Amino acid sequence: MSAPVSPTESGPKIPWPYLIAALLSLIGLADALYLTVQDLTGQNLRCTIISGCSEVLGSVYAHLGPVPLAVLGAVAYFSVFSLAILGAFGYRFAGTLLGFLLAVMLLTTLWLLYLQAFVIRHFCQYCLLSAAVTITLTAIVWGSRFMKRRS
Amino acid sequence: MKRLVPLVIIVFVLIVALGTTWMLMRSSRQTANENLNANTPTPGSEAPGAEPPHVRGNANAPVTLEEFADFQCPSCGAYYPELKKIESEFGDNLRVVFRERPLVPPHEHALIAAQAAEAAGLQNRFWEMHDMLYENQATWSVISDLVPVYVDYAKKIGLNPDQFMKDLNGETVAARIFQDGKRAHAYGIVSTPTFLVNGKEAKGDSWKPEGLREMIKQALREAGK
Repeated sequence: MSAPVSPTESGPKIPWPYLIAALLSLIGLADALYLTVQDLTGQNLRCTIISGCSEVLGSVYAHLGPVPLAVLGAVAYFSVFSLAILGAFGYRFAGTLLGFLLAVMLLTTLWLLYLQAFVIRHFCQYCLLSAAVTITLTAIVWGSRFMKRRS
Repeated sequence: MKRLVPLVIIVFVLIVALGTTWMLMRSSRQTANENLNANTPTPGSEAPGAEPPHVRGNANAPVTLEEFADFQCPSCGAYYPELKKIESEFGDNLRVVFRERPLVPPHEHALIAAQAAEAAGLQNRFWEMHDMLYENQATWSVISDLVPVYVDYAKKIGLNPDQFMKDLNGETVAARIFQDGKRAHAYGIVSTPTFLVNGKEAKGDSWKPEGLREMIKQALREAGK
């Protein structure tokens, strides 16, 4: 009976953090695109009985000038996806850029969470999903970089 | 060849994302246009709403824009100046009817605000209070004890404050809000502001100011104006 072999011995190491980041960013991208469509077609800007989404998405903070924040979110998540894929295929610059982009996204997310909690006083579940995705992405990417440095 | 694989994946996801967005936008616009062209019977015919309704503009105008709104709703507040522009653009061709649709929850002060507007209406100052509430929405929305604030507004627009206080929690005001609520329910209205142009609901792109203008123009063409 042969002894089990470690992954490093059996072939190239699978870049799990990048692959998980790529998959997670697709969730964020779908969420942001849904909000973009809702905004551009005027659906979610109304106030509804069921949740605080309309308060958040109808507030002045939902747009940066004429551009809906959801569009910027979609661009950011697509960039995360692209960089994660490039990182998974060994492009070193992608890892550095991904770390920087996620740091900016995390700060933006924390600011938006503050606005929802203390200024608008309503929460939108789609925005909370986006926040959860960004926080998880940051934890995975920055966590893996930290672990790599230590080892 | 291997170097192209990540680019192929990225381009594939980009195409899927843009394609899905385009399809969703198209389906939303199609629904709006179908709604614009549909000659559906008015579901609210058995629920006429509070009588007499609050009407602004020419009482015999060929087009009626009926708005279901909530004074605390930020979207209604944002739409308020747009609606004023639309009213002045269409002049005598448009009459605007306001219906109470307080969304409680999530707007904790929506009901008392509707009561204040209706109480002002009993002294023939509904539209003055309507304007006052929207113009000061950001101020009163965050105050917990609103009665003194509304009494102050009532004094500013020339109401008898004692009568206003009496009417605020009176049966007439409650009945009017209830009747408007029944009409909103008959139309299945769960979001505000919702607009009916000659009985047809403005949905999708038609809900936006430009779409609403287009819907009014089409109603005018149908009326031969």
